[in-house]
Amino acid sequence: MQRRFNISKEIWTREELVQPGMLSCQGCGASLAMKLALKGLGKRTVVVIPACCWSIIIGVYPYSALQVPVVHVPFETAAVVASGIKAALGLKGDTDITVMAWAGDGGTFDIGLQSLSGAAERNEDILYVCYDNEAYMNTGIQRSSATPIGAWTTTTPEGSLKEEPKKDMEHIMLAHGVPYVATASVAYPDDLVHKFEKAKGIKGTKFIHLLSPCPPGWRIDSAKSIQVARMASQCGIFPIYEVEEGVVKVNVVPKERMPVSKYLKAQGRFRQMSEEMIEKVQKLVDKQWEDLLNRTERTKGLG
Amino acid sequence: MRQVIKGNHAVSHGVRLSRVEVISAYPITPQTTIVEELSEMCASGALDAKFIKVESEHSALAALIGSASAGARSFTATSSQGLLLMHEVLHWVCGARLPIVLANVNRAVGPGWNIWAEQTDSVSQRDTGWIQIYCESNQEVLDSIIMAYKLAERLMLPVMVAYDAFFLSHTSEVVDIPEQGEVDAFLPPYEPPYKIDVDNPKMLGGMIGPDLYYEERYLIYRDFMKAMEVYKEICEDFQGIFGRTYGFVETYRIEGAELVLVTAGTLTSVARIAVDKARQAGIPLGLMKVRLFRPVPLNVWRQTLGNVPKVVVIDRNLVGGLGGVFASEIRSALYELDKRPVIYSAIAGLGGRDVTPRDIRGIADYVLSGQAQTDIPIFWGLKE
Repeated sequence: MQRRFNISKEIWTREELVQPGMLSCQGCGASLAMKLALKGLGKRTVVVIPACCWSIIIGVYPYSALQVPVVHVPFETAAVVASGIKAALGLKGDTDITVMAWAGDGGTFDIGLQSLSGAAERNEDILYVCYDNEAYMNTGIQRSSATPIGAWTTTTPEGSLKEEPKKDMEHIMLAHGVPYVATASVAYPDDLVHKFEKAKGIKGTKFIHLLSPCPPGWRIDSAKSIQVARMASQCGIFPIYEVEEGVVKVNVVPKERMPVSKYLKAQGRFRQMSEEMIEKVQKLVDKQWEDLLNRTERTKGLG
Repeated sequence: MRQVIKGNHAVSHGVRLSRVEVISAYPITPQTTIVEELSEMCASGALDAKFIKVESEHSALAALIGSASAGARSFTATSSQGLLLMHEVLHWVCGARLPIVLANVNRAVGPGWNIWAEQTDSVSQRDTGWIQIYCESNQEVLDSIIMAYKLAERLMLPVMVAYDAFFLSHTSEVVDIPEQGEVDAFLPPYEPPYKIDVDNPKMLGGMIGPDLYYEERYLIYRDFMKAMEVYKEICEDFQGIFGRTYGFVETYRIEGAELVLVTAGTLTSVARIAVDKARQAGIPLGLMKVRLFRPVPLNVWRQTLGNVPKVVVIDRNLVGGLGGVFASEIRSALYELDKRPVIYSAIAGLGGRDVTPRDIRGIADYVLSGQAQTDIPIFWGLKE
């Protein structure tokens, strides 16, 4: 398995729309993800940010780390504010501008799900991105419905680890019939950037789910973010795939799937999991992986 | 053009004539026919606007954060529970300095479910940083929507136009619907001082520390105070173009009044009849209608009521632990005067209960007879 952060030179040398001075923690996946996302989208992009780590990362007034327009909005409103911006820009003839909602997992899986569902049902021409660090990290590591089974958080402390599996956001979005749903990871930067480029060209609601490692919340060394993120996809707990007009395509196929235990044991947040619980997660992941491959087979040629 | 239309249709015409560009709304009784008529206007091309049909009132107002930030004139309408669901976003819109106009059909708040007229919904939102205007007739509703856009965009503050459920929303009255040319002459296109622009990227609404947050809030306060002057100018401009206008308050037969009734909304029309009948009988009643409620027109209230012996504020709202909101605000406004009236509070018409001229007269007689106390409201018509 490659251990280094590999990105093609063509992408890395594109115009930089993220400036230095971000207030993120060391090894923050979400900061790198934004840098990559804007390499894919370019300057004609508007970013909508609800309450999340990025409300802070971007900087304090009058400073902004981004060289594109940014609108901060209440926690549960990213998708609908993006819809409103798109409507107004459309009336003014600026139809080529990408309006991107950029929300954490709390703002997507939990409090923002209603307005996201509304926007997806209306098939609003927006790009909705969830950078998923698998808990309420900005408030200090509380469980969300994106927190994986077996994880420690401050609200699922020792003796009361999270028992429920992570909510399946991709299926929820696909059930709305939107044209593009994809997962991506900062461990696969070229793939990530290509997905943003692709989403930019698709009309309707696009949903990209980014796995975004969080060293303080995952209890990992800040130098290990990319490595741990890569393990998530190599073991299949966070498969890298996309669904375009119903056609499922797995973009990262590991030569041999890594045991889930290796991924879990690399992180302090899973330290208290029993072997029995790890076994349960392995079975869930096996089933999810098998299901994904079946869906790929089934939808071949549908496009 | 004079037409017989309902209050909700008066709103729709006001929105059409104001050339609103983005509408976002969610249906709630008794606001629903606004949504329906605006949908039809958008579908037929009578109104060249984008209508975002959202999944909740919270989203209805949030969508307008987006559209107004991108420079589009934006509108929503709601009522009761819907307005309360918007509460967080109401604050946000003011803080973001977005000149959105919202029509609120005043309806009681549950439980139990009650769809009829009461003003508790909007008066409970008086501290969210919205200019509030209360209307008495369908003509006033239509005119106020148009005036509201001018006021909002001059000040970069949002405006709420409130009017009573059913008594106006579903009641037909003759309304003079202005010509588009007249409205265009009154209301210029919306040109925001700043907006979302990819060629001039700015960050809106970001984190602001203790070093500057206070100043930002002070600017909102300051511009609210400017609203008094701007409102006055706009009322004069309106008079010039349309030949009718409105003030901070409306007074009726206030000269020589022993007791002045204070009302907001349609209670005013009922009170006017009661005043006439009382005057015929030699009882010196007068009336002050509250129209602009935020910002509080402090000096106008003081000048109007300062020399009156007695005032009774009739509230179609009731707040636990306080009583009537208008009464409380009038008392507070007049407190600093060396000489001020004895102020009584009456509660009437909650949940759409009819208030007749006889009820108003009953309240006045009760106050004038010396039976009423100033420290507890008169709960008029309360069943034992």
